[in-house]
Amino acid sequence: MIRLALRLAFRDLRGALNGLGWVVACLALGVAAIAAAGSLDAGLRRTLAEDGRSLLGGDMVFRLAQRPASTAETAFLREFGTLSEATEMRAMARRPDAGTQTLVEIKAVDGRYPLYGQLRLDPAVELGRGVACDPNLLDRLGVAVGEPIVIGAATFTVRAVITGEPDRIASPVTFGPRLLMDGAGLAATGLVQEGSMIRHLLMLRLAAGVSADEVRTAAGERFPSAGWQIQDSRQAAPGLVRFLDNMALFLTLVGLTALLVGGIGVATGARAFLDSRRATVAILKCLGASQRLIVAALGLEVAALSGLGIVLGLAAGAALPALLVALAGDSLPIAARLGLFWRPLVLAALFGGLTGLAFTAWPLGRAGRVPAAALLRDIVAADRRRPSLAAISVSAAAVTGLAALAVVSAADRPLAAWFVAGTAVCLGLFALAGVALARLARRAAGRALALPLRLAASSLSRPGAATQGVVLSLGLGLTVLAAVGLVEANLADEIDRRLPAEAPSFFFIDIQDDQVAAFDAAVAAAGGSAVKRAPMVRGRVTAIDGQAVERRDIAPGARWAVQGDRGLSVAARPPDDAKVVAGGWWPPDYAGPPLVSLDAGIARGFGLGVGQSITVNVLGREVTAKIANLREIDWSSLAMNFTFILSPDALAGAPRSWIATVHAPPGGEAAVERAVTRRLPSVSAIRVKEALVQARHLVEGVATAMKAAAAVTLAAGALVLAGAIAAGQRRRVHEAVLLKVLGAARRDLVRAVGLEYALLGGATGLLAALLGSAAAWALLTFVLKADWRFLPGPLAATVAAGLSAVAVTGVVGTWRALRTSVADHLRHD
Amino acid sequence: MVKLRDLRLKLASPAGEVNILQGIDLTVEAGETVAVVGPSGSGKSTMMMVVAGLERPTGGSVTVAGLDLGTVDEDGLAKFRRRNVGIVFQSFHLIPTMTALENVAVPLELARQAGARAAAAEMLERVGLSHRLTHYPGQLSGGEQQRVALARAFVARPRLLLADEPTGNLDHATGQAVIDLLFSLHGESAATLLLITHDPMLAARCARTVRLADGRIAAAAEAVP
Repeated sequence: MIRLALRLAFRDLRGALNGLGWVVACLALGVAAIAAAGSLDAGLRRTLAEDGRSLLGGDMVFRLAQRPASTAETAFLREFGTLSEATEMRAMARRPDAGTQTLVEIKAVDGRYPLYGQLRLDPAVELGRGVACDPNLLDRLGVAVGEPIVIGAATFTVRAVITGEPDRIASPVTFGPRLLMDGAGLAATGLVQEGSMIRHLLMLRLAAGVSADEVRTAAGERFPSAGWQIQDSRQAAPGLVRFLDNMALFLTLVGLTALLVGGIGVATGARAFLDSRRATVAILKCLGASQRLIVAALGLEVAALSGLGIVLGLAAGAALPALLVALAGDSLPIAARLGLFWRPLVLAALFGGLTGLAFTAWPLGRAGRVPAAALLRDIVAADRRRPSLAAISVSAAAVTGLAALAVVSAADRPLAAWFVAGTAVCLGLFALAGVALARLARRAAGRALALPLRLAASSLSRPGAATQGVVLSLGLGLTVLAAVGLVEANLADEIDRRLPAEAPSFFFIDIQDDQVAAFDAAVAAAGGSAVKRAPMVRGRVTAIDGQAVERRDIAPGARWAVQGDRGLSVAARPPDDAKVVAGGWWPPDYAGPPLVSLDAGIARGFGLGVGQSITVNVLGREVTAKIANLREIDWSSLAMNFTFILSPDALAGAPRSWIATVHAPPGGEAAVERAVTRRLPSVSAIRVKEALVQARHLVEGVATAMKAAAAVTLAAGALVLAGAIAAGQRRRVHEAVLLKVLGAARRDLVRAVGLEYALLGGATGLLAALLGSAAAWALLTFVLKADWRFLPGPLAATVAAGLSAVAVTGVVGTWRALRTSVADHLRHD
Repeated sequence: MVKLRDLRLKLASPAGEVNILQGIDLTVEAGETVAVVGPSGSGKSTMMMVVAGLERPTGGSVTVAGLDLGTVDEDGLAKFRRRNVGIVFQSFHLIPTMTALENVAVPLELARQAGARAAAAEMLERVGLSHRLTHYPGQLSGGEQQRVALARAFVARPRLLLADEPTGNLDHATGQAVIDLLFSLHGESAATLLLITHDPMLAARCARTVRLADGRIAAAAEAVP
């Protein structure tokens, strides 16, 4: 039977493919989105895996806060391979004429740097005693390569700009451009002082036969309280892995939504195709073909075209990352090593296949049941035959498979499960909305209304109208777009709102004990106010309630607090704006064993409560402090806040520096910065506004990418709409001609079509706005842990933009029907 | 060959149930040629559908070629048609995506007969269309399409031939040629012929005429030889 079915299918495919083109397009779009997301992700992960060593700076890196490694420690590490040492700190760089200055992130390296990968300088010169910097530093200071700049007490010549720093992802620049120099140069600046915020990096290239685990164990045994943070190339960039996980999940879910939306188009397309074959089905039945044979032949045709769509989608999806990298590779955190990755492609093909099956089984099951007697009756008569039980089961199984695959293949399964559930709810609501709209339209069509309105209503409610499918697909696409738009608007809004009067203008860091008085005087003289100062020591959390952090199960949202060193402060009294939510503050003259006041959110993430303990390593000394109280900290206020505040004597003897926040009078930022840094060259200023602008740029960049990705779902919706318009074109042309014959002006017809899409779009947009808001609220509240505010402006803008795109599709698609010449049509019909 | 006993058919329509066939009793012997006439809506085409096993009656029984059609399922009916029935429609009903040759070959292919294409080509030559084998229905004139339909109906040598106003969509001269061809093919095959027509001249070429009105047999007459 299969051979005969194949033969029949092949012959039939030579004919007009009414609708199957939409099946191809819709599947291709969704599959391409998923395949592209997966391939890009795989390319980035391959870079991570293959370049782990150069991304990290070595096979292993030992990070120390504030103290250099001891001779014993470096000697110990040299036993295992080649050691390269680097120092990182922030400082102010200025022109020799002291005109402009800016914060830089210094990295002082030795002659062995980099151990892996390549440092690219332009021009490619030996630095010697000179420095190299990011190109934007030259712009900020207004100097050129070959000219001098001043850092601390030393003057350097800029020899080159940095075009490639292999291990930047492992020690990113946050507040200023990178400045690369050698160790002797850093010493000459005089900035390295006890208590300054300095990181020392010991990068190790392991000798043959030595494993990272071996070294880690040996280091732990030999220097149990070194307090160094040890990374090896397997976890070169944990932050990046987390970012990739989130990105891949987001893009896959967006792709999946696009595929689902396209699925509606697949169903409409398949139905249009199968409807066009009703006569053929009936004739074949007359000639004695069995239902199974007919369904097999039609199924083969649909499968062939679905397969074509999937293959096209896979090809596009595999090629797309290269295009993306060519267009926007600079904004990716690392270079993606692209290629053909079978896993994301197989996954995308599976998603596509299941979608095709889920959405075509139903119309196929119905097509087989076309009675032969249909040849004698009105073929268009409302055909509400149920598909066969087998078709329903196949459809249901495919939908279940789709949901299961979406959850199983996701890095964050609970989130994916929520997505699936949310999508199901949205689909259900839009389906209901579609039915309700059609019903209302039917009722309206029977009323004595103005002609255009009645025409619009009857067009929405006539038998076989695509109203439900269009509402469903457009609605889903718009919902995604609205949700993403609202999330972005909320994040940007949060940053904007934080900049008000109470946010300080500056953070000054690395103020030494003996500079405090001079600092205060300089700030006051330049008009700075509301100075808040706190002593700070850098330290690293090594144990939580006696258990090593590596072995502790820490909530994802709190992991940052144990990755790398943190600022620890000491205080006799609670900070002014402290909100103690558990326990109590220690007496001002407390002098007992160490106590700590902890951020309540971090405590939750650590699974800690008042009375339990945490251990921090400060310059090789382990300090275990009992938790006296928990504070609820509003980090977004940008006021000075510390996760960890210890009792006054807890860190006695440790070298410390002061950190201060200062408000500058309007327009007086530069004066305050100059006053402080000229008098105290070792003090660095971080401009809050600049940092915020940078953060906002980052949010905007990510949001733009997210919106672009989300637009794919709307594109799928528009595709479905275009398909529905194409499917109804003949009818619309015929109807337009008849109405023209009866005396309708083109204006009436345009008005009717406009009204039809306005009703369709309005209802869909309204519900999409509602559901998109709900989705954005859930995302912000539960996933991003950010504040939620209803922002009608951005929501309306997003939905309106989406609907305009739809309106254009509708009008362009329908225009042909309206301008058909009556005589031509009647002659040929 | 065909035995209808108290045949009844009701169809549901938006306006309520419609009685299309209201108790038809008819026997057609093997090899006989019978014309079925009657006004539009009298149930002629529906009766033919029931005889072809394409429509199930709601009452009474249909026996064709010794098979009680009420006792077989859908696929059984398909098999029955394959072996026994050829149908010619007023509007040809060729499959638009298949060439003339493929359209004629389909019944043989469905019956898994070897040499289907050769037999089909031979049959098309027989109806004078050997130069049109690879043309699609859309590329053929009405008369040619109906000749292809005749070839398709006869190619599997059915025992029963059903023709539903085969000339209804053709001009007079073309219709005449098609009818001549129909009767000539029938003459060679010794099949039973059930011919629905409005044309008294055409009906007169059959051995017997049955008149239907309102779903009942109004009169039956032997043609005058």
